[in-house]
Amino acid sequence: MAEILKRNKALAVNPLKASQPVGASLAFLGINKAIPMMHGSQGCTAFGKVYFVRHFREPIPLQTTAMDQVSTVMSADENVILGLATICEKSKPALIGLPTTGLSETQGTDIKRLVRDFYIAHPEFAHIPVVPVNTPDFTGCLESGYALAVKATLEVMLPEKTDNVGKRKKQVNVLAGSFLTPGDVEHIKELIEAFGLRPLVLPDIGDSLDGHLTEMESSPLTVGGTPVSDIASMGESIATLVLGNSLFDAADFLKSQTGVPDYRFDALMGLEAVDSFVLALAEISGKPVPEKIERQRAQLQDAMVDAHFMLGFARVAIAADPDLLYGFSRLVTEMGCEVVAAVAPARANILESVLAEQVGIGDLEDLEIAAKRKGAQLVISNSHAVETARRLGVPLLRAGFPQYDLLGGYQRLWVGYRGTRQSLFDLANLLVEHGHHEPEPYVSIYAQRTGESRATPASGQTH
Amino acid sequence: MQAKDIAELLNEPACTHNKKEKSGCARPKPGATAGGCSFDGAQIALLPIADVAHIVHGPIACAGSSWDNRGTRSSGPTLYRIGMTTDLTEQDVIMGRGEKRLFHAIKQAVDTYSPKAVFIYNTCVPALTGDDIGAVCKAAAEKTGVPVVPVDCAGFYGTKNLGNRIAGEAMFKYVVGTGEPLPVPAELQRPGITVHDVNLIGEYNIAGEFWNVAPLFDELGLRILCTLSGDARFHEVQTMHRAEASMVVCAKALLNIARKLQTDHKVPFFEGSFYGVTDTSNAFRDFAKLLNDPSLTERTEAMIAREEAKINAALDPWREKLRGKRVLLYTGGVKSWSIVSALQDLGMDVVATGTSKSTEEDKARIREIMGDKTKMITDGSPKALLGVVKEYQADILIAGGRNMYTALKARIPFLDINQEREFGYEGYSGMVELARQLALTIQSPVWPGVRKTAPWAKTKVPGVELGA
Repeated sequence: MAEILKRNKALAVNPLKASQPVGASLAFLGINKAIPMMHGSQGCTAFGKVYFVRHFREPIPLQTTAMDQVSTVMSADENVILGLATICEKSKPALIGLPTTGLSETQGTDIKRLVRDFYIAHPEFAHIPVVPVNTPDFTGCLESGYALAVKATLEVMLPEKTDNVGKRKKQVNVLAGSFLTPGDVEHIKELIEAFGLRPLVLPDIGDSLDGHLTEMESSPLTVGGTPVSDIASMGESIATLVLGNSLFDAADFLKSQTGVPDYRFDALMGLEAVDSFVLALAEISGKPVPEKIERQRAQLQDAMVDAHFMLGFARVAIAADPDLLYGFSRLVTEMGCEVVAAVAPARANILESVLAEQVGIGDLEDLEIAAKRKGAQLVISNSHAVETARRLGVPLLRAGFPQYDLLGGYQRLWVGYRGTRQSLFDLANLLVEHGHHEPEPYVSIYAQRTGESRATPASGQTH
Repeated sequence: MQAKDIAELLNEPACTHNKKEKSGCARPKPGATAGGCSFDGAQIALLPIADVAHIVHGPIACAGSSWDNRGTRSSGPTLYRIGMTTDLTEQDVIMGRGEKRLFHAIKQAVDTYSPKAVFIYNTCVPALTGDDIGAVCKAAAEKTGVPVVPVDCAGFYGTKNLGNRIAGEAMFKYVVGTGEPLPVPAELQRPGITVHDVNLIGEYNIAGEFWNVAPLFDELGLRILCTLSGDARFHEVQTMHRAEASMVVCAKALLNIARKLQTDHKVPFFEGSFYGVTDTSNAFRDFAKLLNDPSLTERTEAMIAREEAKINAALDPWREKLRGKRVLLYTGGVKSWSIVSALQDLGMDVVATGTSKSTEEDKARIREIMGDKTKMITDGSPKALLGVVKEYQADILIAGGRNMYTALKARIPFLDINQEREFGYEGYSGMVELARQLALTIQSPVWPGVRKTAPWAKTKVPGVELGA
């Protein structure tokens, strides 16, 4: 069990953390024809927007209640109601996500009451679900904000307890964690479909943020994602797959409301993790594992054999949100690597299970210091760690948010047998490229070569 | 910051449109607002000062999604690229520990990174809970012996533009005039050339573009005391009051500091731009005029003649490719006309330009340069922009990075003109890069490909499918 080291300094240097409202917005961006509106100052939204635009290289619908000085001091309730009405009128969304920010939380907003007030003031918009969620940025991180938004979405869309388990015989719910890329979500759907099942993914950024050109040239709302009408039918599925420890709380709610049995997974990288996922699919569907997937598994095993020479004993430093950190720690440990530095931006239950001696709650400076002390050979983190890795003189594998200097980073496949295999190749290649340590050339003092430098007897021992 | 201080900042006598209703008075509309906040603007204006520790005082949202994302370059220290924030926790907010954390954060930054100064950016949450950052900065400066400058720029104060002004105000109040420039070393004196000290205000050295222009300043004997703030050092900002002239490079954002340098320190200023051949030449001419040095004027004209001849020859092949291409320009403030002149230098036809952030003066200038037929766009929504592209048959959209995917999703060539861009366009040589980037996107072979429907789409005609 990893020891969790608390944050022990006043200043965060080279932050690893992205905020809860940003994470919540991401979850809402995985719902079709939706738009998140942050309740805060317009900067909260502007920064969040740029953050995602640069990561996904996509237009990102995101609005703000635009709190100014007057509304900050007097009351910003009217901003929320006006903002919701404006969006409903202008864009006719299928759903509006309403995450709070540090500003509105400090002010003391009662966001759920405001949504009720909105429906009273605007009964004409009663058919448009609004999902309020408390996501101050002074706690948690992107991952926890995302998880809170998923739970809040379920609370709004599944208000009543139901007893219709299995009414849709092939439908399987997937609660998809924030550690998954659009490429991951796509692949997970393919795996599920390979067993003759129909995946209902919430949120489905694999459909909304996968980066594809459409006939529609512009849209003020998300294009693609989980259809809002589908969410209400989650109670009729035969099973729920919960991907990511951070969503277990949301999963508890889903299970208690619907009774749909669930299968929970902390990670989907590495042979063992993927095996349990595939086994669950076989169980749920009652079908044998398709040949194609068997083959992918065998390919991964082959890659494991090939890559173990490079990855064995490799000292790896990882900084990421908790679920991703845990997943990578498992993946590399399974290959014989040692996680010598592990940093997460905020606390989470899964952190104790991270396969490292210690997990620091902190920033990239903390990672850098630990990595240096332990002689890490490779860093796994987001694009902000480019400078960190450069100073350490080791390669960086980019993962997590944000990745603004790598085309395609947003959609890279990490999970499943196929994703794992590619990760092993990349990890091994990075390590090989950045050199294993051969002895320095040594030329004997007696060597009969003119014009070449040779060792002096005294320097012979030092390396 | 108190309401009256904000009102005072919104009142900029040096702006010709100042008599109109203040932009800060128009409250942003919830649910239909775009653009950054005051913190954003203040950080943009000051972050390029390279040897300063820039600490964002607040919970994570402000620094977490904004650090290390600008294209501004430094020729030396890289301290400005280290993201620093107090990352306030719930406990800090509830228990009122923000000030204490800030104090220790400053100390930590000084101990670890030995900055020349520390800038503290105040954000919404501590502004709301009432952290006295001025007092903390003062105490921390005394304790550490390093200047600590409060920049009170909470997001809810207003727009990005106001944030620029707050930044300028903070520099003027706490930094300018607190240091003296070093004398010009004797070996750098050239016969017949009097070295003049100048300031550039609002120049950010995006993608290193100012380095296209900087050698010409050296050639003419113009010593840049300070660029606020591209590739600047703290000491340089301290000495701005000793300049003989200032140029305001980017819009009206930092006009307040230029005006105050003029009133308090008798440093005259002019507004100009380094985008385009014509404007670059004009900028040097304006310096010569303000400095009133006949030798400088003569050498400036000679330099301009030489550079223009050189660049025109280099641009000729590009003009062939770009002549008559139709441009929709959507960008703010001064760029709306300064880029126009650059594009016209290339023989392009600017059919419409955005003016939502432009002043009356900017608009007048646009009319002067482009004539009355040019469409001025105030609605910058993706839908409206695409509508104008179609209506005016534009070949390219030139705008800020935020609009990049608006264009690309609609399969329209695009050029990024704002601060996140990766290429520098300033000065004479920057024009070649601009021309290259324009031609690169306009002529790209990908456009027909991405507009084409799949070959089988045509063959899928209605009717009965034949059996296999």
